[in-house]
Amino acid sequence: MHELSLAESLLQLIEEAAIKQNFTRVKTVWLELGQLTCVEQESLRFYFDVITQDSIAQQAKLEFIAILGHGVCDHCHRSMFIASHHTICSHCGSYALTITQGEEMRIKELEVE
Amino acid sequence: MCTTCGCSVGQARVNGKSIAAHLTTGQSLKYRPLEQAHTTHSHSTPANPDQTPGTLHFGTGLAAAHAPGISQSRMVKIERDILAKNNQYADKNRHYLTERGIFTLNLVSSPGSGKTTLLVKTIQMLGEKLPIAVIEGDQQTDYDAARIRATEVPVIQINTGKGCHLDAHMVGHAIQQLPLQNDSLLFIENVGNLVCPSGFDLGEAHKVVILSVTEGEDKPLKYPDMFHAADLMLLNKCDLLPHLNFDVNLTIDYAHRINPTLPVIQLSATHGSGMLAWIDWIAAGCRQTAITKQSAHSIDSTLG
Repeated sequence: MHELSLAESLLQLIEEAAIKQNFTRVKTVWLELGQLTCVEQESLRFYFDVITQDSIAQQAKLEFIAILGHGVCDHCHRSMFIASHHTICSHCGSYALTITQGEEMRIKELEVE
Repeated sequence: MCTTCGCSVGQARVNGKSIAAHLTTGQSLKYRPLEQAHTTHSHSTPANPDQTPGTLHFGTGLAAAHAPGISQSRMVKIERDILAKNNQYADKNRHYLTERGIFTLNLVSSPGSGKTTLLVKTIQMLGEKLPIAVIEGDQQTDYDAARIRATEVPVIQINTGKGCHLDAHMVGHAIQQLPLQNDSLLFIENVGNLVCPSGFDLGEAHKVVILSVTEGEDKPLKYPDMFHAADLMLLNKCDLLPHLNFDVNLTIDYAHRINPTLPVIQLSATHGSGMLAWIDWIAAGCRQTAITKQSAHSIDSTLG
């Protein structure tokens, strides 16, 4: 359900950018989405289509740029890719990993006219 | 519904009243509705009345010019976090609360874990020692606020309507309406939901996740985001353990797989066991908040 709030935030950021940068239609939105965020892509796409109707971003394409999860082990200090919050260190078996990447949720750029 | 909370035209209510809309820049948004041409791809409308319908004019876009290979569209770099708006409100709340030495806890759990009972018990144990206020979040009704009000501490009920979590904008409104005292304790009881509230910072000092022993050991693995975001886990309803097939150590092990340094307090809000450890944890937080407030003030006075 929170994907609805996120889709609305997305549209609000786009509308703010439209006022500042003077464009009147959005064709494509590139969104960076970390693998470890609590966001369901298809759900976000669905709500984005719904809330952008009759807006500046109507029929805009939503493109996701996936960002892989990455972390550093607190014990052996090695870095590794991690797929979930309960990933185990592949070197020493510890669960104590500090996430360094993969929690991003950011509008990267827009194609506008 | 507005972006962060569903205010204005939405159903979110603070003590039964709808809350004011977000601040806007006051500038109007130029919105160009999609032309029919966009779907059917016909170019029937001439660019200006001088042109005959037989003229093909490619310079009618915003750029008012056309060069082969260059479309009217352009790229705009944004680089903004989707939650930036919520986080701005959260930072404002945190600044307001820290400045006044108000130690704020955001209580999160699934519905029915015993958050309100725990709050009532905590208020009964602490109420005479320091000022307490409560913000209650639920989709509908003010039943929880009524239970808190019976303990005679100030309480504000936020109804999120269709929303599944509290956000920083709603909480900001509630903070303004509460009679908050300096050097006090503020509890925010979030909507019972182990998913959505994890991503929304309200400006609190800590998220406290409550899990009851009637829910199953694997909740931390099933809903990892919440346990990752929390700074303390309370294992509630421990008085029921003799009647259940619940493995406490396994639950704590699962929670530590998600968040290895997460402290866990086992307690029973109805029977009172473990409550002192929880009260001590709160007291330590209040002391820390007071130190932060004092050092912030002394820096302010040094810098003039």
